[in-house]
Amino acid sequence: MILEGTVHKFGRDVDTDVIIPARYLNTSDAAELGAHCMEDIDTEFVRRVQLGDIIVAAENFGCGSSREHAPVAIKAAGVSCVVAASFARIFYRNAINTGLPIVVCPQAAAAAQAGDRLRVDLAAGTVENVTRGTMYAAEPFPPFMQELIARGGLLPYVAAQLKESGARG
Amino acid sequence: MAQTITEKILARAAGLDEVQPGQIIEAPVDLALANDITAPMAIAEFEKAGFEHVFDPAKIALVPDHFTPNKDVKSAGQAKILREFARKHAVVNYFEVGRMGIEHVLLPEQGLVSPGDVIVGADSHTCTYGAVGAFSTGVGSTDFAAAMAWGKVWLRVPESFRFVYSGTLPKYITGKDLVLHTIGLIGVDGALYQAMEFAGEAIAALSMDGRFTMCNMAIEAGAKSGVVAPDATTAAYLAGRARRPGVVFASDADAAYARTLEIDVAELQPTVAKPHLPANTAPAAALADTAIDQVVIGSCTNGRLEDLRQAAEILRGRRVHPNVRLIILPGTQQVCLDAAADGTMQALIEAGGAFSTPTCGPCLGGHMGVLAARERCVSTTNRNFVGRMGDVTSEVYLASPYVAAASAIAGHIATPEMVLSKGRAR
Repeated sequence: MILEGTVHKFGRDVDTDVIIPARYLNTSDAAELGAHCMEDIDTEFVRRVQLGDIIVAAENFGCGSSREHAPVAIKAAGVSCVVAASFARIFYRNAINTGLPIVVCPQAAAAAQAGDRLRVDLAAGTVENVTRGTMYAAEPFPPFMQELIARGGLLPYVAAQLKESGARG
Repeated sequence: MAQTITEKILARAAGLDEVQPGQIIEAPVDLALANDITAPMAIAEFEKAGFEHVFDPAKIALVPDHFTPNKDVKSAGQAKILREFARKHAVVNYFEVGRMGIEHVLLPEQGLVSPGDVIVGADSHTCTYGAVGAFSTGVGSTDFAAAMAWGKVWLRVPESFRFVYSGTLPKYITGKDLVLHTIGLIGVDGALYQAMEFAGEAIAALSMDGRFTMCNMAIEAGAKSGVVAPDATTAAYLAGRARRPGVVFASDADAAYARTLEIDVAELQPTVAKPHLPANTAPAAALADTAIDQVVIGSCTNGRLEDLRQAAEILRGRRVHPNVRLIILPGTQQVCLDAAADGTMQALIEAGGAFSTPTCGPCLGGHMGVLAARERCVSTTNRNFVGRMGDVTSEVYLASPYVAAASAIAGHIATPEMVLSKGRAR
């Protein structure tokens, strides 16, 4: 899959409280969560973001709470992909489990500026900065996670495991 | 091959002789838990995937603790989803308001966590249970949904980061000061993906409540888990409480660590994390010109009996500063009862504190003490991110119960010594 969009740039340690503030966690509705995405770090984000845009951040993106509402809100806001120097571990799992494409690529994250166009090739594992004419190799996912992604996430994988073991039903 | 306690727990769970950091395993879970924020999303995923049964109704815990007693109609609806799911699937460990507590205080208190367990929870502070020698880690709602159906979790075996605390803890220095100091040294991603192993003579001398506080905040350094190897203190805590005997592991002397850090605690001062990161630490004494509006004492980090007793030790016979609101969040109903029985609750109320029912409440800006614009709070909770406790311009200073209590009296950030030297009001 190839994702292309405009960069929204953030710094390091973007926590899940600013991605989706807890005052909105009295719902699990994706559209409602998406309407408040990044509200406490950038009040204009939701108004500015276009379908397919890409969040770029420095180290430790998604630190803090385990709320899966965070990747859900990012996806619902129309963001196609998050490129960061590194991700906090629960956010990393949650993104894979909810089907939000994430890419670990410190060089691309450092070089990209707000407004740049990025083209991310998930299968090839590359991040191209179209604006600057530069290409970067992303950190590949371990084989097990590639399998999860290929199967459509964790729950289809688990359903297959249960079916195999006959434990279901 | 020499192994760390974390590697031994995970190898046993996965049915392997040994595991290596980086290896991906599938491990059966001894307990999977979620709360009123994370469970509704998990239940929706569970049902959407077509799962009909939970793997074991006795190995799931559902604790409505975040926005309870419910703060608004929507949160009441979320809590209702848990309640109905728990009834439908005969979930044994569902804890209703009035019988509940903050999950990470409640579940150990109820004997539901044992040494050697593999525990996953849809709450980032699930790492708390490492204090009894378990492997315990936070996950999201989908991982929890998978664990409820499958009874297993996939894990990448973490590298271990060993912290050796030498020396004797000075008076008024607690597990909270130790862990804040540690996060200040390594940063909020200083242990990213790793298991933080707490050891050394200061840990051996530390109470269980102090160990829970330290493991609780491992996530604030980016860690996957925190762990303290079980000893006599652990055994005494678990005796008559733990529902399963568990399996006690210890790291081999020659186990491999990604990193080891030695910390001498003898000169440690009461430590505060300034806005807006838990790693932004400074000595409390250096922040005495910081005037405050509110103090929160409690939470999954510091809502245990010892924490409230430490606060009462400072507040007994003194008064909360006129400009300060003091809110006490006990961890569980049992903590409330114990605090009532030994006079702790009375001392805190007489000092001018508001004593709440157990709830996560204001820690995440939910209810029961949300901050207004530009208000400043000293809190024994675990996060001080932008907007964490309310308005985006409000500020949270993380501290121990001793420092929080002293600050409530002084009206500014203070150490116990700063207020104790002034004597008692009555």
